Amino acid sequence: MLSRVAERLYWSARYLERAENTARMVRVFSYMMLDMPKGVGINWRQLVEIYGAGEDYDSHHRTCGERNVINYLLSDLSNPGSLFSMLSAARENVRTTRDLVPSEGWEHVNELYLFAKKRLSGKYLSKDRYEFLSEIIMRCQQITGLLAGTMSHGPAYQFVRVGRNLERADMTTRLVDVGSATILAPGVELERLENRLWTYVLRSLSAHQMYRQNVRRRVKPEQVFSFLLKDTDFPRAFAHTIGEIVSCFSHKLPNHDEPLRAGLRLQRLVAEADASKMHGDALHDFIDVLQMELAELHDRIVDAWFLPDMVNDEQKQVMS
Amino acid sequence: MEIDWKTYDPGKFYDEMISSPGNPRQSSRSVAGYLQRLSAKQLARRQLAADLSIEEMGVTFTVYSEGENIDRTWPFDIIPRIIAQKEWTQIEAGLTQRMTALNMFIDDLYNDQKIIKDGVVPEKLISTSKSFLKPCIGIHPRHNVWAHICGSDLVRDNDGTVYVLEDNLRVPSGVSYMIENRGITKRVFPELFRKHDIQPVDDYPAHLFDMLASLSPRPLDYPEIVVLTPGIYNSAYFEHSFLAQQMGAELVEGSDLIVSDDDCVYMKTIAGLQRVDVIYKRVNDEFLDPEVFEKDSLLGVPGLMRAWRAGNVGLANAPGSGVADDKLVYTYVPEIIKYYLDQDPMIPNVPSYRCDDKKHRDYVLENLAKLVVKPANESGGYGMLVGPHSTVAEREKFARLIKRHPRNYIAQPTLNLSTAPTICGQRVEPRHLDLRPFILQSDRTYVTAGGLTRVALRKNSLVVNSSQGGGSKDTWIVDTGSK
Repeated sequence: MLSRVAERLYWSARYLERAENTARMVRVFSYMMLDMPKGVGINWRQLVEIYGAGEDYDSHHRTCGERNVINYLLSDLSNPGSLFSMLSAARENVRTTRDLVPSEGWEHVNELYLFAKKRLSGKYLSKDRYEFLSEIIMRCQQITGLLAGTMSHGPAYQFVRVGRNLERADMTTRLVDVGSATILAPGVELERLENRLWTYVLRSLSAHQMYRQNVRRRVKPEQVFSFLLKDTDFPRAFAHTIGEIVSCFSHKLPNHDEPLRAGLRLQRLVAEADASKMHGDALHDFIDVLQMELAELHDRIVDAWFLPDMVNDEQKQVMS
Repeated sequence: MEIDWKTYDPGKFYDEMISSPGNPRQSSRSVAGYLQRLSAKQLARRQLAADLSIEEMGVTFTVYSEGENIDRTWPFDIIPRIIAQKEWTQIEAGLTQRMTALNMFIDDLYNDQKIIKDGVVPEKLISTSKSFLKPCIGIHPRHNVWAHICGSDLVRDNDGTVYVLEDNLRVPSGVSYMIENRGITKRVFPELFRKHDIQPVDDYPAHLFDMLASLSPRPLDYPEIVVLTPGIYNSAYFEHSFLAQQMGAELVEGSDLIVSDDDCVYMKTIAGLQRVDVIYKRVNDEFLDPEVFEKDSLLGVPGLMRAWRAGNVGLANAPGSGVADDKLVYTYVPEIIKYYLDQDPMIPNVPSYRCDDKKHRDYVLENLAKLVVKPANESGGYGMLVGPHSTVAEREKFARLIKRHPRNYIAQPTLNLSTAPTICGQRVEPRHLDLRPFILQSDRTYVTAGGLTRVALRKNSLVVNSSQGGGSKDTWIVDTGSK
């Protein structure tokens, strides 16, 4: 399989997953803004911060009102991380790998793009925002399901799976970071709000119900942390996503030593984390570590499969 | 729209199906009768079914205009164009003869240049040719064959004579439409295939694969063959991916390949670098290798010429083959056939005037309104003057161009291209057409059964190019002797 094609499939899955996650994030944040008491220090700008896009945002906007932030995150094409930019990029990548993706897959991605284009063009989504975001989430899920059910689970599909899970892992860590409550103003009465925050975090990942089934207790920060990071069964839990990635590597892809090592390191890091100590700044710092490790994992993937010119001559002799 | 051949009048033109109102030709008699028995509704339904399957199959070509790419579906007319097996056998032999001579000619030009030394063609043919590539001098590709894939355009004049209008030896396209067209007609007229002995065309990819495999520098059962495309924005991208899929070959872009210090070509795969044996290149020569040709080309592969010269990779068509599809070279093809094969051409050339010859040029300049003027080095129907359909201003412009660069132009009498019945809205009317068969040559020669028939859908138009309002028809080579 060509490296270029593998790379495009990997990125199209990442873009699609990121579009879905952005829809989830904006949806839950919009709810939260309605519920949180005034004066706790939560504002729309924090939504931009979660994406690490504060600086870029400031270079385009002077105020952080709801309208500006929502447009920036959903429809702004000058923001490479906006929902619409993601869908355009996903479409372009699938378009150029059409021979490997089942044709319905391409059609659905194209329709999703056209749907978003129509709904986002020049309009600010206010009342119908929830419905729009839910539709985006549902359509992304549909594409994921379609590929799982119609595409051969060979190397091409494994790159889709790796991309999707890596992006999902990234978003889960960002959301757990919200729960670290470092976004709250100092001195705010933490206990009551923290629980509410964690509930939103769970909801944004469609995890509330699964959490209740699994943990059978009301929402407690420690338990939520364990569930979202360490659970190996829930599909959006960090440990599960890394498990998926590791299994793609070891069973289906050649030349996997380096990426596999990075994946296993991440698995160990999460398994050994002590949930009882993960509060506030400590949690925030731990999330930073996970994010760095994820970036490292991505680099190893690039080196192993997308840049084969780096392969040394010895290996080439074996290959040829 | 019910068909009544009695009201169908091809006028002064040779019609492929109906010789005069009410009289189908012998090879088409049974199909013409069948079409006439269809009700208007049935006929319309079948055309609709064809249009739908084209859309479904995603048969498109890309038109680049005003900075934007538009994927257009390829207009298709359901009434097949029929050629008798007996006539085709002769055309096939003529094409084989022509290709054999042209390949000997190219090999000679890049090596001993005997044909020039013997005074059969002038030296300036090379010295003034844009397509003669110096880096190819002294090379003998496998089987001494350079142009492995050729699409020659055939036309038929008033009196029924078939001529070769031009030879496309660089990156001829259209073969995927030939195959797709057959798929559509089979869906639309299955009953006709049961009744007639129609030669199949869908074995082309298998022949293409075999031909490419014969160019492999390593004697392997499964040589690594790739199709090199300029990418998704190329007008023929659909065809590139179609052929790659049909052959089970990898579709690669320039950036997927590298030439290593060992002068071998490798493709970058997830399992590391993998040796490539044969490249079916659909990238123009000038973009092929930035080390040798266009320095800024991002479409090519640095070092590819090095690998090819070292004999480590097969390239089809070989770089430099384009020298023989220069229109000025075309005018010498009868002499070329005579020189190498000592035979007379079995398919004639269209009589042509060379504008760099003073006598010819004077004639051309005086008769622009009657002639077709073509640039020697372009393809795609652009930059051409069709005299009888031109304005005074256009003729003046071409007169200036010819005087300034006589070497760049040839002229031919305007042929009365043959017609065939074509569905035009609610009526069936004669429309002009040509035929592009595809010839594969390495140690053996293969000619497609028929080829791609292109139709000028605009009334009275003679331009059949897809980029300029052309459409296509399925082409049937029918053996009327049996069944």
